[in-house]
Amino acid sequence: MSELRVQIVDYGLGNLFSIRQACLQSGITAEISQTAAGLGEVDGIILPGVGAFGHAMETLRSQGLIEPLIEAVRSGKPLLGICLGMQLLMDASEEFGLHQGLGLIPGVVRRLPERRADGALLRVPAVGWNRIFLNPDRADTHMDCGFRDGQWVYFVHSFAAVPERSAEILTLTDYESIRYCSAVRRGHVTGVQFHPERSAAGGLAFFRHWATSLQKQI
Amino acid sequence: MSMVRVIARLDIKGANLVKGIRLEGLRVLGDPDTFARYYYESGADELIYQDAVASLYGRNSLCEMISRTSREIFIPLTVGGGLRSIEDIRQALAAGADKVSLNTAVIAAPQLIREASRRFGSSTIVVAIEAGRQADGSWLAFTDNGREHTGVDAVQWAIRAEELGAGEILATSIDREGTGEGFDTDLCARIAAAVKIPVIAHGGAGKAEHVADTARRTGVSAVAVSSLLHYEAIRTLRPRESVGSEGNREFLQSGRGVSHVQPCTVQELKRRLLDGGVQCRLEDAV
Repeated sequence: MSELRVQIVDYGLGNLFSIRQACLQSGITAEISQTAAGLGEVDGIILPGVGAFGHAMETLRSQGLIEPLIEAVRSGKPLLGICLGMQLLMDASEEFGLHQGLGLIPGVVRRLPERRADGALLRVPAVGWNRIFLNPDRADTHMDCGFRDGQWVYFVHSFAAVPERSAEILTLTDYESIRYCSAVRRGHVTGVQFHPERSAAGGLAFFRHWATSLQKQI
Repeated sequence: MSMVRVIARLDIKGANLVKGIRLEGLRVLGDPDTFARYYYESGADELIYQDAVASLYGRNSLCEMISRTSREIFIPLTVGGGLRSIEDIRQALAAGADKVSLNTAVIAAPQLIREASRRFGSSTIVVAIEAGRQADGSWLAFTDNGREHTGVDAVQWAIRAEELGAGEILATSIDREGTGEGFDTDLCARIAAAVKIPVIAHGGAGKAEHVADTARRTGVSAVAVSSLLHYEAIRTLRPRESVGSEGNREFLQSGRGVSHVQPCTVQELKRRLLDGGVQCRLEDAV
């Protein structure tokens, strides 16, 4: 196996250190970079993120990263969005006004409701471990996406992506009685709402699986 | 009922894991890295590192400890103790922490919560409230490990912290901390009902039932436990020595057990929670 190299996009948000360590544990050498230089040479790109959607898009724009990211994906470069990074893949977000996203996966980002169907209060942000279930509408088996059905992963979020095409939903999660999309894939663009780098052994297994998919691309 | 997180809390003094009673009389228990690894492997949902004497010693050693830990431990890490500025927070996060816990600094300057949550995201900012029960049944917030009285009402302070952008509240009962007498469930329930953000109960868990009871009755989203897990870990890990020669090592050297807690592993604790109708993440040990 040749050495796998990915670039973690640093726009000032997210625990890049943990993502880098999780990559290392999974046989991936990850460089952290604030610029678009090098996006063409790596085997894959990781778009992390914690915080506000609008601010993140502004920062990506001011660092001159939006066009190069879209171009890299167009040229076939695998991209993994984590947490806010997954939400940025969508067309737009309703977080504090409407903000345009990268538009790599059709759909929008919406706030988790404050109340359940029965009227009980939902704690938002949703912080903690929850389970992901494979989308029954999708033909993939777990072998294809790197997750086990019912696997536990760690979430921290107030918003969630709503992909337009249900076939692009990889996994679903129930927070209290609210069901939302917890992972999405369109071709070589993957997004996970949870933090695989903070999801113990199962999270590392997902990175290893992603690494295998990068290997196939080379 | 929601999912409850079990957080192993490690109080650190210098290079050692310590444990006190009511945040004082700190006993050295051993090398924190070994305990952290053990808790990760036995299924803890998160870790909290609290520098017990941050104001007295340098903080660089804690940052080094965090960097070491986050290289091999892939669950969320919260770091607290002596963080006083945006730059302190930035350094802790850069060292590999996922969240920081703030107490003394934000009581003195509440706007730091707003500034920090805007800069790093609300979910990164945990406000720690050290609450001391008063004769009239209310609770006042303290700082510096329960030593400094602030005159601020603990429940009102939790509401204010949420308004300013805190992502979670870590509610410590000074009266119960380290005693093994059980959480202050009234305090937990009052704070959990006053805010919408997640509340972590801390201070007093002496047996698994205390945790289950608090999770069932108070609306907290997580529990932070230390004695309960540490005294079991000591039996399993058998740390013979502490790091360096600082601190009170008499307990460790004596090989004595403890009578004020009924220690258990993370897995045992979670099984008891599930048996008691509390949802939590339980996986096979690594």
